[in-house]
Amino acid sequence: MKEDIKTLTISIYTENNIGLLNRISAIFQRRHINIESLTTSQSEIEGVNRFVIVVNISETQAKKIVGQFEKQVEVIRAYYHTDEETIYQESGMFKIKSALLFEEPQIQNIIKESNTRIVTVNKEFFVLEKSGRRNEIESLRRDLNVFGIMQFVRSGRIAVTKDEMKVTEMLLAFNNQ
Amino acid sequence: MDTQTVKKTKEVAAKTERITGSEAIIRCLIEEGVDILYGYPGGAIMPVYDELYKYQDKIHHVLTRHEQGATHAAQGYARISGKVGVAMATSGPGATNLITGIADAQIDSTPMVCITGQVFSHLLGSDAFQETDIVGISTPVTKWNHQVTKASEIPEVLAKAFYIAKSGRPGPVLVDITKDAQVSEFDFKYEKCTGIRSYIPVPKTNPEAVKAAAELINAAKKPMIVWGQGVILGEAEKELKAVIEKAGIPSAWTILGASALPTSHPLNIGMVGMHGNYAPNKLTNECDVLIAIGMRFDDRVTGSLDTYAKQAKVIHFDIDPAEIDKNVKTDVAVIGDSKDSLAKLLPLLNKNSHESWLQEFKDLYEVEYEKVIKNDISPTKEGLTMGEVLKQINIETKGNAAIVSDVGQHQMIACRYADFNITKSNITSGGLGTMGFALPAAIGAKMAAPEREVVAIIGDGGYQMTIQELGTIFQQQVPVKIVVLNNEFLGMVRQWQQLFFDKRYASTEMTNPNFVAIAEGYYIKARKVVKREELADAVKEMIASKESYFLEVCVEKEDNVFPMIPSGASVSDVRLS
Ligand SMILES: Cc1ncc(C[n+]2csc(CCOP(=O)(O)OP(=O)(O)O)c2C)c(N)n1
Repeated sequence: MKEDIKTLTISIYTENNIGLLNRISAIFQRRHINIESLTTSQSEIEGVNRFVIVVNISETQAKKIVGQFEKQVEVIRAYYHTDEETIYQESGMFKIKSALLFEEPQIQNIIKESNTRIVTVNKEFFVLEKSGRRNEIESLRRDLNVFGIMQFVRSGRIAVTKDEMKVTEMLLAFNNQ
Repeated sequence: MDTQTVKKTKEVAAKTERITGSEAIIRCLIEEGVDILYGYPGGAIMPVYDELYKYQDKIHHVLTRHEQGATHAAQGYARISGKVGVAMATSGPGATNLITGIADAQIDSTPMVCITGQVFSHLLGSDAFQETDIVGISTPVTKWNHQVTKASEIPEVLAKAFYIAKSGRPGPVLVDITKDAQVSEFDFKYEKCTGIRSYIPVPKTNPEAVKAAAELINAAKKPMIVWGQGVILGEAEKELKAVIEKAGIPSAWTILGASALPTSHPLNIGMVGMHGNYAPNKLTNECDVLIAIGMRFDDRVTGSLDTYAKQAKVIHFDIDPAEIDKNVKTDVAVIGDSKDSLAKLLPLLNKNSHESWLQEFKDLYEVEYEKVIKNDISPTKEGLTMGEVLKQINIETKGNAAIVSDVGQHQMIACRYADFNITKSNITSGGLGTMGFALPAAIGAKMAAPEREVVAIIGDGGYQMTIQELGTIFQQQVPVKIVVLNNEFLGMVRQWQQLFFDKRYASTEMTNPNFVAIAEGYYIKARKVVKREELADAVKEMIASKESYFLEVCVEKEDNVFPMIPSGASVSDVRLS
């Protein structure tokens, strides 16, 4: 009975403490699960951080691994979601020679059509930023590659869920216990 | 730190006092009720040792001969007392020497707090003398760990450490404290930790789940219980017994669950797992409801998961939600503290007895007795067996001793044949299988429960892994009884070589030293037995001794432990020979 491997987004709400990333990554490592992308930042709750981690695993694996995260003392709650259950984005940045902007008018069309933002322009280079799904950023990269990209970087996925996650309520309940 | 630890305000605000970080460490330990700690000094922890000197009347420090010994002693202390064991070491090699014991405590859920010294905080990350990243190294084997770089953090972090180590599913915690934090002064006050917002140690028992469990049990024709250490950690022995007796359920135990119910109880059907008893292993694949209590379906217990109890509805009682469905899919999960869950289950159970089902266990016991047990405990061949040594110990201690076993054949024999009348009497390294565990663990156990007879059962291999702790026994005058079952082999590995590697005994034969002379070198009374006629008398003399005593028994070199489930096989394929 082989289960489907899916792209899943794992959200982990945590205390903002040193060393936690170590614990979390160790849990993936022990189970030989490769992390596709990882973002960590503050969350909507003050003093609470959120990890957003994308992995390709089965839902059974996801359930077990979420249990292991929740077991960590400093993890408040962990969840996993399918793509359909989330709204998600990535962001890519492209550094390109300024000269090209004038020599290759096609670039200007690409910028316009792809809704890409110009972050900065100077004499040597200009920088573009594009947020969206992975494939949108990748398609832009393909288009620009023809002309030459000096630097490219893409962020990990950030995601919010369509359903609510009751972390705030949980914390309130604790504080009033 | 302050956002996450909720402190219930005490009626009287704690007074503050200006003291150093190291004095604060000792004061915190005293506040947590620590009266014994095991450790080994060195540069980065010296200020704390200096304070210990001052507080000698309040805290007894036991100098082990190796830091690994300190952790195992702390584990032995914790396992027999249910309290938190404490171990301390210096930075670098001192700290890394703790790792085996910490890993052992983690997998066996033993409450332990380890304190390590660390280099000055301005040197962190600079490859300073005796600097290791012990927080990084210990992360995967601790329940929680933390590095303190400021004296003022010490009380809160240590309070948290003790709370985390002992609450919920217990485990080891490591606190690493830089030398500057030890020597600088701050205003000390101590408040115990009573809660951490991101941590729910004991999930509430869901009454619906208890009801569902009761219904399944009441309807069962062939129910079987397998309990584990969760019962002992949750101090639910009375509740377990009540449930077993009311519902008349044949009940088996995992290696770490041993002693929670007296061996002689009529519904106690023995040990499950790789070298467990024949009946409970075999009938796991025939019961209709399998009730797992405070156990985690370790692979040594289940054998092949593909064939494990497939016919049964499974009820799983556990405090740790991450254990549910981890290895075995459950039909009813009762998450919570075992004492509480079993107490709630009891009134919902129908009074029952499953005579013919219980008879099936008794019949298979007879088969095991004829084929295995008889030859183990009442052998007719010339060579001594490990089983008969255990039998003699049972006779002399009347089943009231705490048995501390090491890892190997003798461990399985000890767990199979020791009589346990009293709970928390089986102290062994279950999950990690750490050779070298028993000698130092016995020290800790005896110091925590001086009124109890503590007998360590050790193989000639494992004994030599921590043999230096004889020095600790001698210096501390701990009256533990040490039995080395000497087969001149790494017996358990040799057994595997015999059965699965065509008798190629690669590096398992041991040429041993004069163990009696070594014990005597540490001024410990010692005796060696090579003939059956001497055994009873020697064991009697050992148990009668008021001091520590070393007994070497030369046993048959190539005996095997049966029953056995070969690894990866099904529990019902348990072999008797
Ligand atoms: C630290 C450690 N190293 C290696 C092993 C692997 N191992 C398991 S049992 C065993 C043999 C134990 O031999 P001995 O202590 O003489 O006990 P016996 O099996 O003969 O009773 C070994 C080497 C282990 N469990 N722990």
